[in-house]
Amino acid sequence: METAYLIETVVKIVVILLIFSALAGIGTYFERKVLAFMQRRLGPTYVGPYGLLQVAADGIKLFTKEDIVPTNVVGRIFKIAPVITAATAFMAAAAIPFLPTFTLFGYVVHPIVADINIGILYILGIMGVGLYGPLLGGMASANKFSLLSAARGAAVFISFEVITGLSILAPIMMVGSLSLIDFNDYQINNGWIMFTQPVAFILFWIAAFAETGRTPFHLIANDHEIIDGFGTEYSGMRWGLFFIGEYANMFFIAFVIPLLFMGGYGDGSLLGALGLLAKVAFFFFFFLWTRAAWPDVRPDQLMWLCWKVLMPLAVLNILITAIVMI
Amino acid sequence: MNTEQFNNRDVGNDYFLVDIEDYPATGWGRFKRVIKRSLRGELFVGLWVVLREMIRFDIHTIKYPEEKMPIGPRYRAVHEMKRLWESETERCIGCGLCEKICISNCIKMDTKIDENSRKEVSEYTINLGRCIFCGYCAEVCPELAITHGGEYENVSEQREHFIDYAGMLTPLEKMTQGTQQEFEGFGAITPHEDERIKKTPLSY
Repeated sequence: METAYLIETVVKIVVILLIFSALAGIGTYFERKVLAFMQRRLGPTYVGPYGLLQVAADGIKLFTKEDIVPTNVVGRIFKIAPVITAATAFMAAAAIPFLPTFTLFGYVVHPIVADINIGILYILGIMGVGLYGPLLGGMASANKFSLLSAARGAAVFISFEVITGLSILAPIMMVGSLSLIDFNDYQINNGWIMFTQPVAFILFWIAAFAETGRTPFHLIANDHEIIDGFGTEYSGMRWGLFFIGEYANMFFIAFVIPLLFMGGYGDGSLLGALGLLAKVAFFFFFFLWTRAAWPDVRPDQLMWLCWKVLMPLAVLNILITAIVMI
Repeated sequence: MNTEQFNNRDVGNDYFLVDIEDYPATGWGRFKRVIKRSLRGELFVGLWVVLREMIRFDIHTIKYPEEKMPIGPRYRAVHEMKRLWESETERCIGCGLCEKICISNCIKMDTKIDENSRKEVSEYTINLGRCIFCGYCAEVCPELAITHGGEYENVSEQREHFIDYAGMLTPLEKMTQGTQQEFEGFGAITPHEDERIKKTPLSY
């Protein structure tokens, strides 16, 4: 392995870490603003122009807050759980091409850390590992609300792993590759997979809400019944890591959905790159939008939806795709 | 900002009974209900409603220290002592009715006969720690002298600090500017009193 490649990879990793940690903060700003406007409020206004520096204020608060490890928790697991959430969220980013290949000062940059040929499998696998953050954090917290949240988290993640896996199977059969770049290139010639596989697209989108724990399926940390769920006993930056992981996850899923179903960055022109960013912005906005508009479902309703509606649909979709392809 | 939209509580005839279908008893009925609910697009109605509000941008936030909600003229906050419009002397004649009627015994007044052999208020205190702001004192006052004001932002180390007689009395500058506000709550003259008043018949 040559040194230049190594340096390039490290630089890419650092850039992605920095950008998406910052985006997680700015994401909270946009979430608060969008939610406020949809509820006819103003949201943060006092810190900085239009409340923009609220993010910095929150960051300072998180960093300087006392780090409390309660008495009865299982210390090591309690401490490692937020790291798992944040780390797995960022690890999943390794196989995502954030932009088309571009040339910077005569040097060709591939804005993907590792174009592995099992990209989608890797992303789904790492997001599955992300389950351990809420699960371990909730179980180690010695708090009944955290425990409930951990149980719910395990149920939701495992159920919706099935949906993501099965729904993505039909497009994979069409493309014949697991690399997100191959997905993108396939859609240049054959049109967006969203139109040829609408059911898979919608199923994957629904599952994305469960994977990121966003509002219709927000029952892992449902404020009005189980406080903050697995995050109840956490304070300071440990809680902040959960937070960053959650928001980074939202952004990465918002990248993955357009890349898989909506043409990604297209032919790699500047317009295509901007198009990808616009699609990401839409999907991120949609996460906030649904939070303002929709109620949460109960855990049993979620299980019902997953096993009795979505999974049969996904399997049917695979069967029909297979029959059509033959 | 006007209070009209808050005062208008007439919902008119917009109420209607919602059609509630019977719960399905059979499995097939439940299945049909699921299909119907899934395809009716109610989720998109919800999405549209919040997006519409966002686009319309009709924000109802009141940034409190800078902006304030108007309060009603009948609002009963900390008491005020009014002056006569013509002579700018205080209206209180020291009759003591407010002290008598006060149900929490928080008004305490002392009077004396001054050099013109008129009754004068020498001491007047309201213990705001006890006052329940019932408005009886304003209602009973024959001279419209003690009234409630609209000042609800009071900061002090003790509630009792607000309530010396000089502090309650309308300042003289206000009288010269003519900005003394009449109280419209309990005991005040209603707006169309002149039209309603009838002469006492002298002969029957």
